[in-house]
Amino acid sequence: MQYITLDTETDFDGWRKAARSLVLHHIQPTDITWTVQGGEAELFAPPAPSPILEVNDGTFNVSGKFVDLAQSAILHRDPQRFAILYRLLWRLKDNHDLIEVATDPDVAQVIAMARAVHRDEHKMHAFVRFREIGRERQAHYVAWFEPEHHIVELAAPFFARRFADMPWSILTPDLCAHWDGHALSFTPGVSKSEAPGEDRLEETWRRYYASIFNPARLKVKAMQAEMPKKYWRNLPEASIIKPLIEDAERMTGAMLANAATDPHKPQKRPEAPMTRKLAADDLDALREEASHCRACPLYKDATQTVFGEGPKDATIMLVGEQPGDKEDLAGHPFVGPAGQMLDRALADAGVDRKKVYVTNAVKHFKFVPRGKVRLHQKPSTPEIKACRQWYERELAVVQPDLVVAMGATAAQSVFGKITPVGKTRGRLIDLPDGRKALVTVHPSYLLRLPDPEAKALEYQRFVEDLKIAAGLQKKAARAA
Amino acid sequence: MDVQRKLEILADAAKYDASCASSGSEKRDSSDGKGMGSTAPGMGICHSYAPDGRCISLLKVLLTNACNYDCLYCVNRASSNVPRARFTIDEVVKLTLDFYRRNYIEGLFLSSGIIRSPDYTMEQVVGVARKLREEHHFRGYIHLKTIPEADDALIAEAGRYADRLSINIEMPEETSLQQFAPEKDVRAIRRTMGRLRLKLDEAEDNRSARTKARPQRFAPAGQSTQMIVGADSASDHTILHTSANLYGSYRLRRVYYSAFSPIPDASRALPLRAPPLLREHRLYQADWLMRFYGFDVAEIVDDSAMLPLDIDPKLAWALRNRDRFPLDINRASREELLRVPGFGTKTVERIIATRRTTTIRVADLARLHVPQKKALPFIVLSDHRPAPHRLDAAGLIERFKPKATQLGFGF
Repeated sequence: MQYITLDTETDFDGWRKAARSLVLHHIQPTDITWTVQGGEAELFAPPAPSPILEVNDGTFNVSGKFVDLAQSAILHRDPQRFAILYRLLWRLKDNHDLIEVATDPDVAQVIAMARAVHRDEHKMHAFVRFREIGRERQAHYVAWFEPEHHIVELAAPFFARRFADMPWSILTPDLCAHWDGHALSFTPGVSKSEAPGEDRLEETWRRYYASIFNPARLKVKAMQAEMPKKYWRNLPEASIIKPLIEDAERMTGAMLANAATDPHKPQKRPEAPMTRKLAADDLDALREEASHCRACPLYKDATQTVFGEGPKDATIMLVGEQPGDKEDLAGHPFVGPAGQMLDRALADAGVDRKKVYVTNAVKHFKFVPRGKVRLHQKPSTPEIKACRQWYERELAVVQPDLVVAMGATAAQSVFGKITPVGKTRGRLIDLPDGRKALVTVHPSYLLRLPDPEAKALEYQRFVEDLKIAAGLQKKAARAA
Repeated sequence: MDVQRKLEILADAAKYDASCASSGSEKRDSSDGKGMGSTAPGMGICHSYAPDGRCISLLKVLLTNACNYDCLYCVNRASSNVPRARFTIDEVVKLTLDFYRRNYIEGLFLSSGIIRSPDYTMEQVVGVARKLREEHHFRGYIHLKTIPEADDALIAEAGRYADRLSINIEMPEETSLQQFAPEKDVRAIRRTMGRLRLKLDEAEDNRSARTKARPQRFAPAGQSTQMIVGADSASDHTILHTSANLYGSYRLRRVYYSAFSPIPDASRALPLRAPPLLREHRLYQADWLMRFYGFDVAEIVDDSAMLPLDIDPKLAWALRNRDRFPLDINRASREELLRVPGFGTKTVERIIATRRTTTIRVADLARLHVPQKKALPFIVLSDHRPAPHRLDAAGLIERFKPKATQLGFGF
């Protein structure tokens, strides 16, 4: 039998050194007794612990996952933890992958121990309550906490990072942690009587606790699942939990029993802030009216109506299909990738972008949500028809000489019927009202082409189409 | 009025907001010795729990409960008879720092009734965050309520100081918002959410572009929203459809569901009875299925339908799709495993790691923390195969329902 005595309850390095040597000497797990210096188990151990066996040259590997788990599990209060960890290590040396088998009893037990330790650490981060000693500037903050496992050294750095600018101490029965503003130090555990009494803020905290609680939704079990009673004795707010619960039913009953009172009549309130001002200008008035459009169901899921933009006296009106994701969020047409493509093509064709009115046939974004993205959907004929009134009214205000329809949806709106792009593309067509129309592709079509050569070719064709518009714009400028 | 009394009024006024998370932000601490506080990117810390089962992680208060609006569902509406109070900026700053130093809280969640104008109100809210960050170098968590239609510069500043921004959609349907809050404009709310998303995307792009210039910080814990459930007649399908839309459109981190609860001095137009809290719970479960388990709204609940209250939505889905089961968990894909009742994401990871080395048997389920009663009818293990007639039996659902209890007599 080997008797191994570790320096402290959390002596991972000592355990590791001993375990390594024991494995290399083929000492069976059942032939070892683990104790801690000054610990209770020592009473049953022989006075002289076995010397650590000399390590031969031999070596063996274990997965990093085991080392991580063992470092946590060794902080567990179970006196058997050193033996359990050694047993697992013993088995791991021949079966390296065993650590991945969550269903193995030894692995499961070590995982459970590590989890309990981390849960306790998390609860310590949450439930430590500092009390102020002395006054600001010179104040020292002292807490009393009773951890379930040996986690003080594990949890202390968190408080050092968080409360770096104030001196604090956390007292526990096992070990006390201190921060002086520069370094952490540890001293032996103390009894609760060493901890300070009330803090001047505790009454304020209790008032907050009582006020933030909604008595109409009492769920005591849910509370206790997360904040077990064993922590209550050191929480200043815990003293009012019982009265709050007892009072909750009475309060809810009274709330329901009291009939609604007559509303308090406020003095003349300022205009509700979210109501928007009505615009004066024709286009602005249209834009305002369109922002409330309910002519088809597309408004429901979209962010906002994306109305046309540009000078009121534009000679050219560009009509796209519908706003996309970016346009829907920003509220402006052609600001996304297709818009950037359009801007480039307009510049290459010699069209002055600032003198063009840009709009869409359908003014709400149509999409289906797929997780975190919105997939663009083609508008249906009824949706295009429902939205056409806005195009017509924009047309009536702007009075352009030329309407450029980009894509099939736009062409359908401009001509009032389904109009294939292929057949009509690239030439001026007379509209019944005397204006000219020009059909071309939508810039987003160019974005979708995968082949770079085809893309370059199609881009050139698109620019050629827009050059027809450029010619018209120059003629109009000369006439003006 | 003293600060304690104000705190009572303004915390009471804030308790109907379900959000209290302090997770998902960047890693930050005060180990440089300047100022105080820290945040971790992973799990938030709940410093206490109230008897309503909800966690207390942040100092959640209103700057003022005076409000221009008269939203029927809100205890702070203009025509309500509740006592009113208003914190000064310094009072909130001091309370936050004092509570934080004692480790009562992770930070501040500040909201406000809307007074004077959206810009004025937003400026006050931002003022608190500015003071905490700039003057006191506070590194803890800050969640600010965004006021719809507030000026863009104020929103940008809010995003610079806050970890999270939120703006409540309030009602699942536009028609109910019109009915209960005629002065509120759901379009204005959505426009603001859209603006927040554009700014979040921009900050994200800057981070991934690794530009030398320090990227403009904007709400690293993203945006969230809240919907009140049970005040109107919207079905669970409508609610979840709205959520799916909000997640997709505005990259929300969370949609919070707040079961309408009776409020003191309620309006006559409201139902007096609260919906069962279980409905809220089922909605959170369904929301979880959409976000982490790859479920689509249409799979979780049919058009205009409600989620069953007696069984959870994943189990209900499995019972409707019995042709997909039983599933051999020693072979099934990750996607399939995620759809087994009783299997969480961690369980699925453990199963996949374990089965590389060994086959999984019934006795192993307990060590994998799987509720056997729930999972066994749907799975095949090396020593278990459910009888086909069991899975097809109409009575299978009865296995999962809570035990019937005998009605008692008042004795």
